[in-house]
Amino acid sequence: MAAAEEYPEGLKYHREHDWARIEGDEATLGVTWFAQDALGELVHFEAPSEGGSTTKDSTYGEVESVKAVSDVIAPLSGEILEVNQKVVDAPETVNEDPYGEGWLVRIRLSDPAEVDSLLERDAYKQHLAEQ
Amino acid sequence: MHTLLRTPLHGRHVAAGARMVPFAGWEMPVQYEGVIPEHRAVRGDCGVFDVSHMGQFHVEGPNAHELLQSLLSNDLDKIGDGEAQYTLLTNERGGIVDDLIAYRIDPYHYLVVVNAGNRDAAHAWMKEREIRGSEVRDASEEYALLAVQGPRSIERLGLPEAKPFTHVMGAIDGVEVMVNRTGYTGELGVELMCAAEDAVALWDAVVARGAVPCGLGARDTLRLEVCYPLHGNDITQETDAISAGLGWTCALGKDFSGAERLREIKAAGPERKLVAFVMEEKAVPRQGMPIAGGGEVTSGTHSPMLDKGIGMGYVPAAAAGPGKELTIDVRGKERRATVVPKPIYKREES
Repeated sequence: MAAAEEYPEGLKYHREHDWARIEGDEATLGVTWFAQDALGELVHFEAPSEGGSTTKDSTYGEVESVKAVSDVIAPLSGEILEVNQKVVDAPETVNEDPYGEGWLVRIRLSDPAEVDSLLERDAYKQHLAEQ
Repeated sequence: MHTLLRTPLHGRHVAAGARMVPFAGWEMPVQYEGVIPEHRAVRGDCGVFDVSHMGQFHVEGPNAHELLQSLLSNDLDKIGDGEAQYTLLTNERGGIVDDLIAYRIDPYHYLVVVNAGNRDAAHAWMKEREIRGSEVRDASEEYALLAVQGPRSIERLGLPEAKPFTHVMGAIDGVEVMVNRTGYTGELGVELMCAAEDAVALWDAVVARGAVPCGLGARDTLRLEVCYPLHGNDITQETDAISAGLGWTCALGKDFSGAERLREIKAAGPERKLVAFVMEEKAVPRQGMPIAGGGEVTSGTHSPMLDKGIGMGYVPAAAAGPGKELTIDVRGKERRATVVPKPIYKREES
């Protein structure tokens, strides 16, 4: 069952419809409700390798629905500590719980100052309204 | 700015929350609840598709039969009144102008249902080749067409059992319809043709009987699981019926546009063949992806029934046998697939 539209407080957002939950020098990354809704039911997550890296504003993976494929853009740079195997095995988890069980990767930040360039919830919602 | 055409059911789709997309010049629902639940509804119970964008031509006159025999690949002498036939409109090179179903009303009157995207090309092609005593008339605007498909479709519509590829006039909850035992899903079902002004009443009646509204997204995944070709993807003006595995629709003993070329291809053996394949690794093949060794994916998707990537594509004839391994270039990554017999998905025998 698809989740209801929501953009939680406390997360940082990227204009390309990604979110980051900052925990010290680590962050958990995922895609927003808007992104999963635009794609429809996900059937594949082309995940990066653990130990690899993400570069802010660059692609680190692909999410794919029956109809379309979309690059996943990294909101922050870092080393990939963990890939969510649950999403690899059951990509629809992203549709069901985009900010919880449907997270994509966990990273160690290589440049924590990058966080300042991300959007707060209200600014991201404003960005969506302008789409 | 190009204006998209709308079917008489546009308002129903929007009211139901469908996601509307451009398709072949029409604004059509791609999905309501989601492609996967809609796909499963058709495989497990019953779904309804608005396919009113498809074209309907009346071919009439004392020489209607003769005209169609000269233009269509299949042999219309094999069917009688009240029957229908899948067939191809072929060009002189054996290429496919359109694939269509011809419904024989009587020897002097056929109804031909063509793809939306080929409606103008098919109409022009046939019109230019009319012979004395035959007339081709595009009547698409006059009709709506609903495909009601799935193992429980006949029961839900309260229709009697009937053979596939037959048709009869009837009524569904007071709406007069032509009941065609045809479809594009590999399931039991009908295509109901009614007057355009009755479309909303028919749609409401069919939905009230429990058919799940389905969009073009599920229509594509359903047809690809059973390897029905899509014109524009798997078959085109540049591909021939023999290479596409549609030799069974070509009566090479009669004369029709391109028959000679098709006989040559059949005699020599096609250089490449349209095969069905299943991905061996997690990946979704897509139209246009290269297949190593000189092939190309013509249709690809994620199969909801197999939960794997599936597709069709042209490969050199030597690589076309079931069990042959293929390597597909999925956006720069090599992914393995295996050629499988058609159809890819078969319903379990009950």
